[in-house]
Amino acid sequence: MSAPVLEDHAAAGVVGTRMLRREDAALLSGEARFVHDVVVPGALHMAVVRSPYAHARIRSVDVSAALGMPGVVAAMTGADLAAEWASPMPCAWPVTADMQSPPHLPVALDEACYVGDAVAVVLAGSQAEAQDAAAAVVVDYEELPAAVDLEDAARDGVLAHLGAPSNRAYTWELAPDPEAVRRAFDDAAVTVKERYRQQRLIPAAMEPRGVCVVPQPFGGEYVVYSSTQIPHILRTMLGLTAGVPEERIRVIAPSVGGGFGSKLDVYAEELLCLALARRLRRPVRWSEERSEAAQATIHGRGQVQEIELAADADGRVQAVRVHLLADMGAYLQLVTPGVPILGAFLYHGTYDVPAYSFTCTGVFTNKTPTDAYRGAGRPEATYAIERAMDALARKLGMDPAELRRRNYIGADKFPYSSVAGLVFDSGEYEAALDEALGLVGYEALRQEQARRRSDGATKLLGVGLSSYVEMCGLAPSRVLASLHYVAGGWETATVRMLPTGKVQVVTGATPHGQGHVTSWSMIVADKLGVPPDDVEVLHSDTGVSPLGLDTYGSRSLSVGGTAIALAADRLVDKARLLAAYRLEAAPEDLELSDGQFAVRGSPSTSIGIGALAFEAFTAHDLPEGMEPNLEASATYDPTNFTFPFGTHIAVVEVDTETGRVDLVRYVGVDDCGNQINPLIVDGQVHGGIAQGVAQALYEEASYDERGNLLTTTFADYLVPAASELPSFTLGRTVTPSPSNPLGVKGVGEAGTIASTPAVVNAVVDALSHLGVEDLEMPVTPERVWRSVGAAAPVPGGAR
Amino acid sequence: MIPASFEYRRAGSVEDALGWLAEDPDSTKLLAGGHSLLPLMKLRLATPGVLVDVGRVPGLSYVRDAGDHVAIGALTRHRDLEISEVARAFVPLLAHVAGQVGDPQVRHRGTIGGSLAHGDPASDLPAAVLALDATMVADGPRGRREIAASDFFRGFLETALEPDEMLTEIRVRKAPSGWAFQKFNRRAQDWAIVGVAAVLDGDPRVALVNMGSTTVRARGTEEALAAGADAAEAADRASEGLEPSSDLHASAEYRRHLATVLVRRALVEAAAARG
Repeated sequence: MSAPVLEDHAAAGVVGTRMLRREDAALLSGEARFVHDVVVPGALHMAVVRSPYAHARIRSVDVSAALGMPGVVAAMTGADLAAEWASPMPCAWPVTADMQSPPHLPVALDEACYVGDAVAVVLAGSQAEAQDAAAAVVVDYEELPAAVDLEDAARDGVLAHLGAPSNRAYTWELAPDPEAVRRAFDDAAVTVKERYRQQRLIPAAMEPRGVCVVPQPFGGEYVVYSSTQIPHILRTMLGLTAGVPEERIRVIAPSVGGGFGSKLDVYAEELLCLALARRLRRPVRWSEERSEAAQATIHGRGQVQEIELAADADGRVQAVRVHLLADMGAYLQLVTPGVPILGAFLYHGTYDVPAYSFTCTGVFTNKTPTDAYRGAGRPEATYAIERAMDALARKLGMDPAELRRRNYIGADKFPYSSVAGLVFDSGEYEAALDEALGLVGYEALRQEQARRRSDGATKLLGVGLSSYVEMCGLAPSRVLASLHYVAGGWETATVRMLPTGKVQVVTGATPHGQGHVTSWSMIVADKLGVPPDDVEVLHSDTGVSPLGLDTYGSRSLSVGGTAIALAADRLVDKARLLAAYRLEAAPEDLELSDGQFAVRGSPSTSIGIGALAFEAFTAHDLPEGMEPNLEASATYDPTNFTFPFGTHIAVVEVDTETGRVDLVRYVGVDDCGNQINPLIVDGQVHGGIAQGVAQALYEEASYDERGNLLTTTFADYLVPAASELPSFTLGRTVTPSPSNPLGVKGVGEAGTIASTPAVVNAVVDALSHLGVEDLEMPVTPERVWRSVGAAAPVPGGAR
Repeated sequence: MIPASFEYRRAGSVEDALGWLAEDPDSTKLLAGGHSLLPLMKLRLATPGVLVDVGRVPGLSYVRDAGDHVAIGALTRHRDLEISEVARAFVPLLAHVAGQVGDPQVRHRGTIGGSLAHGDPASDLPAAVLALDATMVADGPRGRREIAASDFFRGFLETALEPDEMLTEIRVRKAPSGWAFQKFNRRAQDWAIVGVAAVLDGDPRVALVNMGSTTVRARGTEEALAAGADAAEAADRASEGLEPSSDLHASAEYRRHLATVLVRRALVEAAAARG
């Protein structure tokens, strides 16, 4: 059984075709301009003096030597800047009423709480001068004990903040029926209890962050260039935090070289550049360095997960119980506390589980703050349930594909009301599994695996599965309200035709690598019957697109794209009225095809939409009451999340002598609903898989016991490259979402969500006959080697 | 990522470079491909006052058949060595190893002289020249001298070169067969966690990457081979007397284990290649 796979060409129009990205020529030729490329004569360069201690009392800060250095204009401490702030650094997601949030200012006053915490700033004529002078700032620290390990911190052995009652930020619970969970575990034929560690990850966007704030010559306005995913949210938060009227701030995100959630934040450096530009009446800029980014930009993940499954003798899962510890780091950034909550609804995965409970405790440590990182809560949830399902399969002696098949939410159950309180929009999970098993050649791989084992080969084969469902399209505003998030989840769009028939699309979505310009122009091109190249997309500038909620959580297409489609429909409706007037026909008798309105059955009686745009522009002869110009706007607030899903399968070879793991094959079958551009979908899945493989095998933000970050260069923080990855085999099923008129779901995070458990399951699978049941991430060769040495062979070599 | 302030001079000849080196040898560094030195400077782990760029000195990039040995100019880039017909025919180990260094950008900029003079125990080329028993030719104010590879690598980032000397040529005796190179790393462009260069042409010589503070020979393995041990027995003595470091990427214990596995594999492969 196999669901239909979308053809790579559409019956008509460009939607559904693999159109090359319109963005790429500029990006590949170096023509694209990033914040660092913005030329602002007379700008001062800021360097930030950062704490070298994870936790220290700041006894004094002496900037006098720095002030005497060449080119230095100013050097300021936290105390010098304290009056600049109308409020502390913002956190927009107080997940519980009693959530603790330690005071957080852009520059610390008397206590530094992680390596990288800002303690002073220096402004000079060049970046080099500013950095030289920053090294001359003398800070007298008294090192304090640091809360480094997450579980130790949860026990309050060392407090991350002086004077805090405890390290606990909050405890959040989702337990619709605790008694049902208890009963299910009491009655279970089989249970598994697993404990997983989600290591911290450094987002490592290709472009580090950058800010440049330019006070305007009159009007009191500030133009803020920032490498951000969220110019609209940033404008509001800058206004509130720095005490600048919001309408005086214009945020521009030029080309942004990736974010993965790390630029979904309001950072100290953005506030500092604005406050210093206001204070000194000069442009102020800052460009982050790579090693600085490792500690001053948020980290992802950082959890200890405990997951229990209760199943009957046939392997049907009756209950899932989850306890999380989530590492907040030293402070709460914009959505730090909410990240684990985004996963809270998905720990039963793709499975029809009747009983469920979840608790999460957020814990402060003396480390870089965590926040959203590609998938944000959902990769963690998927990892836990998919690793635990493999553990259950081993315990039952059942093939992991068969166990999944038995537990899926059936295709006939959608829309599916989940035990965690969501309504899954549409799905056909078994079809994606079958497609993936077929593409990878599952049975042949199992035979090859058995052959190598019986031959005593030192290169073992492992096959790992991962089925996932995620929630995208953040978000219905009412649902966000119930989760205590302090903003809505809508998106805005305007579509307008210019006198020459060209089209402008204004969107509140903010691309940073996703190919929005291409996708939006394809949607509008088909709606209006114009070539995609005639569609200009305006974005990422609050002066041009004043309203918007930006790009994160795979929301841009299902929410922002829908707003654009709705606006285009409204424009077409108006054009139809004008066409009817010109053609002296009834509007309902007109058909729009290839940009021509024609009277049904009389194709020669027609008028082009471009001609109508000009008529609407001149306004010389419009129907009574019709306003000039063809322009329409829409704001779309989704009625539900969307729920993309799929199955990924990783095949690894494990060298038992060295512990080396080679990912030799990878199959990903994803269902993101209808696809606007399958080429862009492929690209998102490719990058996502690579990023998930990175967590499984390579990356970790490592700290020593004193809280020093050890992985501050790419020689130590191992981001894999193409040479470490096989060619991916991608398949797709298409189950349109009923939640939005485009039938789309979102695909920005799917690969990352699916791939991490698939890869770790594959390594454990390769070694399971030796008694290996778990491997901590990242699964390094040394960890594999030690596990092989420590494991006891399973009698009979069972899988 | 911005180096401390320094003075930059571009040498047009070896004489230029030696003259500037002599002015203040301790705070002057030679710059060739820059792929080892510049990262250290950007991290401010190295802060030379004067940088003498020898990258455009003519006549120092060559791979020549010199009868019993191959002569390699110090400014020969890794990529040029990798694809050199002379190197491939007579010192295929060296050509192969040059193709394993870093990534394509590094191989197109980095030079053999720069890599050897840097003396990093994690680099591949030092182990290759040690296994090949190469000779380094250095020029300095006291004239030219030759240094055996086994005397050249002294310690962590420390070689037998005096601060006022410049490495100008590497001479490698011909060893067309019976060699192998094993490199164990996490990602293609990474330094080796452990590497092994083995040459069985003549007296067996086995050199190790990243198994101590400097490039070292696996003396235990060499002795065992000389005494007639097989590959596995010889490999068991690979880390004898060595003190590999523990770092983020591997513990000392794991490095010792890897050395044993990789030396065995290298010896088997080299013996098979010798025929």
